[in-house]
Amino acid sequence: MAKKKKTMNLNFGPQHPAAHGVLRLIIELDGEVVEKIDPHIGLLHRGTEKLIEHKTYMQAVPYFDRLDYVAPMNQEHAFALAIERLLNIEVPIRGQYIRVLFCEIGRILSHLLNITTQALDVGALTPSLWGFEERETLMTFYERASGSRLHANYFRAGGVHQDLPRGLNEDILEFCNTFPKIIDDLETLLTDNRIFKQRNVGIGIVTKEEALEHSFSGIMLRGSGISWDLRKSQPYDCYQDFNFKVPIGKNGDCYDRYLCRVEEMRQSVDMIKTCINKMPSGPVKNIDGKITPPSKKDLKRSMEAVIHHFKLFSEGFRVPEGEIYTAVEAPKGEFGVYLISDGGHKPYKCKIRAPGFSHLQAMDYLMKGHMLADVPAVLGSLDLVFGEVDR
Amino acid sequence: MSTTVIDLERTVNSGLTTAIKKSEISFSQLFIDVDIENIISTILFLKTNQKCRFKQLIDITAVDYPEKEKRFKIIYLLLSLEKNLRIVINVHINEKDLVPSITKIFPSANWMEREVFDMYGVSFKDHPDLRRILTDYGFEGHPLRKDFPLTGHTEVRYSEDKKKVIYEKVKLDQEYRNFDSESPWEGTKYIVQEDEKNKIKDK
Repeated sequence: MAKKKKTMNLNFGPQHPAAHGVLRLIIELDGEVVEKIDPHIGLLHRGTEKLIEHKTYMQAVPYFDRLDYVAPMNQEHAFALAIERLLNIEVPIRGQYIRVLFCEIGRILSHLLNITTQALDVGALTPSLWGFEERETLMTFYERASGSRLHANYFRAGGVHQDLPRGLNEDILEFCNTFPKIIDDLETLLTDNRIFKQRNVGIGIVTKEEALEHSFSGIMLRGSGISWDLRKSQPYDCYQDFNFKVPIGKNGDCYDRYLCRVEEMRQSVDMIKTCINKMPSGPVKNIDGKITPPSKKDLKRSMEAVIHHFKLFSEGFRVPEGEIYTAVEAPKGEFGVYLISDGGHKPYKCKIRAPGFSHLQAMDYLMKGHMLADVPAVLGSLDLVFGEVDR
Repeated sequence: MSTTVIDLERTVNSGLTTAIKKSEISFSQLFIDVDIENIISTILFLKTNQKCRFKQLIDITAVDYPEKEKRFKIIYLLLSLEKNLRIVINVHINEKDLVPSITKIFPSANWMEREVFDMYGVSFKDHPDLRRILTDYGFEGHPLRKDFPLTGHTEVRYSEDKKKVIYEKVKLDQEYRNFDSESPWEGTKYIVQEDEKNKIKDK
């Protein structure tokens, strides 16, 4: 008698530590081999795009912190750039340098979290303990500049909210001197680790062609050997002043993506150093009173400043009619904002393009034929944060 | 050799001729308008043409203009890594129109089209699996339509009596207040000004 093929349906999540948030996977298994995966997302859907349509441009900024909450300022950057291009305004050089500085800090924050939790998913505990300590230091830098560790709300159309406090640059430089040692330590734990390699080498392989077909971006493209980085190819703010290398992988598996992330952290550290050394003095935001709020000092003396202040915080500024798509190289990939203005003080539409959305979509294709135990390894290397996938 | 946006506009217009209803460059990005029946051919052309090579679909989204005759505008964003260019394709459709799915050309369009369906209620023809994606199981309505209230229609809570999570109609202690803070001094169009404009035009 022929044996009947029997598949089993397994419900993974929404409450599962390896799901990196609220992800529900319906997995069809043949023995231990995955036949089909159907990810159910939207459990963290908060209607960000709808909310933004009801807020002024300045009030919409904090929503971007809550998308990819491990690298908040990178998202704000995309939104700020979109408004600036519609308004056709310049950002002062110092403002641009501060933004790049914090975007690179955000990149390290995100990669540290991803590398260490990916290691955690495949069974290594120590990296996360070491990595999170550094993340804490980086978040105090966020706090000192913006006032909060996570939801910074720091970037504005036309620059950043306020100048850096005294002594912050020196402390960041000091961090840059000690941090490469920590990356080395993490690498001694993972890069040649037998178990880590067994779990990651040759798992979740993506070819160049398929990476393009599935709308991958960021590390997911570079891990497959496509040299594409928006900071290089379509530079925004002052990224063209920086000389950095774009690491690319060879095999397109989980291990290569891990190696790319490690190297990107090293590049980011160098960029932070250059950024601080080259940082000019001057204003940090556009001084047009119709767009950025006046300083506290002016508020006490100038009637015009008071009027501007009142208008900005009640009505907000108006953005000329137009449509624009701007994208930044967020740590997870291409993060884009499609902004439509009807000439009013609120966006008519603001579509958020999150990299994780297309990465997770490819889960079914990535996992077909793999073992059940590879699911967390691949999930980990996709670098998902559900704040941005679900929006 | 690098292709500029202007070259691209020329290539697209000569390659697709009548399919392009309108093309314009704004903020150094190319926007083209096509008809609903030409979507597939346009995107295939852009993907395969040697001078375009738009190999990557960045996003699909829609916009709701309730007052217009063609209510929705579907937007396709493509990226060419080879030429380092982006293109935006706009398609105006009626509420009832079925948009041809491009999942055969780009597999990643699957979820993007599901999202447009979920958020705007636009249906796609030949889509392999057109289910809701971001909203709750059993959700009703399409949240990003302009006539959908910001607060939604239902809310959930845990019922101590029934020992389960239940759905109820939204009860607001205070009505949702939409402050219209736009300045009346800048917003009003004065009739005198309009007349003067017309006079200038007549001359």
